[in-house]
Amino acid sequence: MAVEALELTDATVVDLATTTLRELNQGLHDPGGQRRWRIVNPNGAHAVACGLDAEISVEIEGHVGYYCAGMNKLATVRVHGNAGTGVAENMESGTVVVEGSASQSAGATGRGGLLVVHGDAAARCGISMKGIDVVVRGSVGHMSAFMAQRGCLVVCGDAGDALGDSIYEAHLYVRGAVGSLGADCIEKELRDHHAAEVRALLERAGVEDVDPTEFKRYGSARQLYNFKIDNAGAY
Amino acid sequence: MCGIVGLFCKSTELEGRLGEYLGAMLAQMRDRGPDSAGVAVYRDPAPPGSSKLTLYCADPAFTWDSLCADLADEFGAAEIVDERAKHCVLVVDAEADEAEAWIRRNRPDLRVMSAGRVIEIYKEVGRPEWFAEAFRLEDFSGTHGLGHTRMATESRVTTEGSHPFSTGLDLCLVHNGSLSNHNRLRENLRAEGIEFQTENDTEVAAAYLAWRMREGATLEQALEGCLEDLDGFYTFLVGTADGFAVLRDPIACKPAVIAETDDWVAMASEYRAIAVLPGAAEARMWEPQPRVVYAWEKVPV
Repeated sequence: MAVEALELTDATVVDLATTTLRELNQGLHDPGGQRRWRIVNPNGAHAVACGLDAEISVEIEGHVGYYCAGMNKLATVRVHGNAGTGVAENMESGTVVVEGSASQSAGATGRGGLLVVHGDAAARCGISMKGIDVVVRGSVGHMSAFMAQRGCLVVCGDAGDALGDSIYEAHLYVRGAVGSLGADCIEKELRDHHAAEVRALLERAGVEDVDPTEFKRYGSARQLYNFKIDNAGAY
Repeated sequence: MCGIVGLFCKSTELEGRLGEYLGAMLAQMRDRGPDSAGVAVYRDPAPPGSSKLTLYCADPAFTWDSLCADLADEFGAAEIVDERAKHCVLVVDAEADEAEAWIRRNRPDLRVMSAGRVIEIYKEVGRPEWFAEAFRLEDFSGTHGLGHTRMATESRVTTEGSHPFSTGLDLCLVHNGSLSNHNRLRENLRAEGIEFQTENDTEVAAAYLAWRMREGATLEQALEGCLEDLDGFYTFLVGTADGFAVLRDPIACKPAVIAETDDWVAMASEYRAIAVLPGAAEARMWEPQPRVVYAWEKVPV
């Protein structure tokens, strides 16, 4: 099911021009019965809607700074703008949607949940991802999925240099060009169940105009991440 | 960590508020660099045949009148046009490099912050809000300007170690990052006859750019040379007489965002510095790619 923007007629509106970040985040941590929140005037503030742990919906009207929706659990956070470094970093579950573009390290170290970036994501997207799924409608920068362990990174555009360097078992799907592959990352055959995995993620992300069979799959050659006695001399 | 801001005015209305906006942008970057602040503003060109120097004296009791008289004796005419917090701007009836060389030779107690026809550089230890007040930033009108808030990592917190650094006539550099080969490069540049005032890494990058351009490189070529010759992290913003240029190192872990409207082009370490500008929410905005030189120039009317 696609992530729909919720009706927000009964939302609690928080204006970051007049409310401190701490008050906002405390309110989101103790939401009581209020499931719908709307944040205005974020103006690039850091750590907006961090550490949420409830099934609430948060709409952010504008651009946010670093670590927006970091450590997210259960909540749905939608940024109607761009996001700075580390959006949805270390996410556990829930959904984070960036309508614009995201800066570096989007979805870093995430353990679960879905991050959708409708624009581009910059360098190091999905770095050290551990189970999060990331769908990028545009392109990602260099060193994306560095040491990626688990989860899927779906890139509808291009990927920069050193994609998947030192990758473990994350699934990488790129529709466009890849600048270069990182150490131990190789192209693999896109089988039917892989295309089905991409199709399901695109659907959840609400990306409807992209054909899942157009993607190429990349993953680990598994030559690097196990200790090999033959390499002992190199350490 | 450090904070960088730059503002290039496309409309004359905005030019009148250049300093006010630069100050507001710097204040947003305070927690990226609370120990020093500085700006370069491009305004009020010196008349043809003359040049403009920004000088600094550590002694707050220093009076600039006698220096001005000495410059007038040497070059025929000199005038104090501005004085702000230990900084003085003089217009001298001489080529900028001659006037600068004279100061360096005869007044080792003074620092030449900038030299050229349009540039003025002001910088000091302290927080950006204090800086904006002490240097009356809201007074400044001009075509463009850039600024820096410093969190020192490579050398001492001093006025001289603050940014911007002059990189030649009407040129300056601000830097977020740290260079690891600056000691070796400084020695190489000294061998080319370049003088240094500090142990600061950014001063070496500034000197490198100045040296490359002295040897005939364009600004763009000099910046591209950084990709080969500098080791370390950097987002650079370079001010020129007509505009500014941006370069990020290949790793690009130091942030940068660029935004543009019909009225201005702005660059900053983070969007929150740009958010203070009129129409920021609707601006076209992007993150500059690593290794790519981005440049804006005032188109001559």
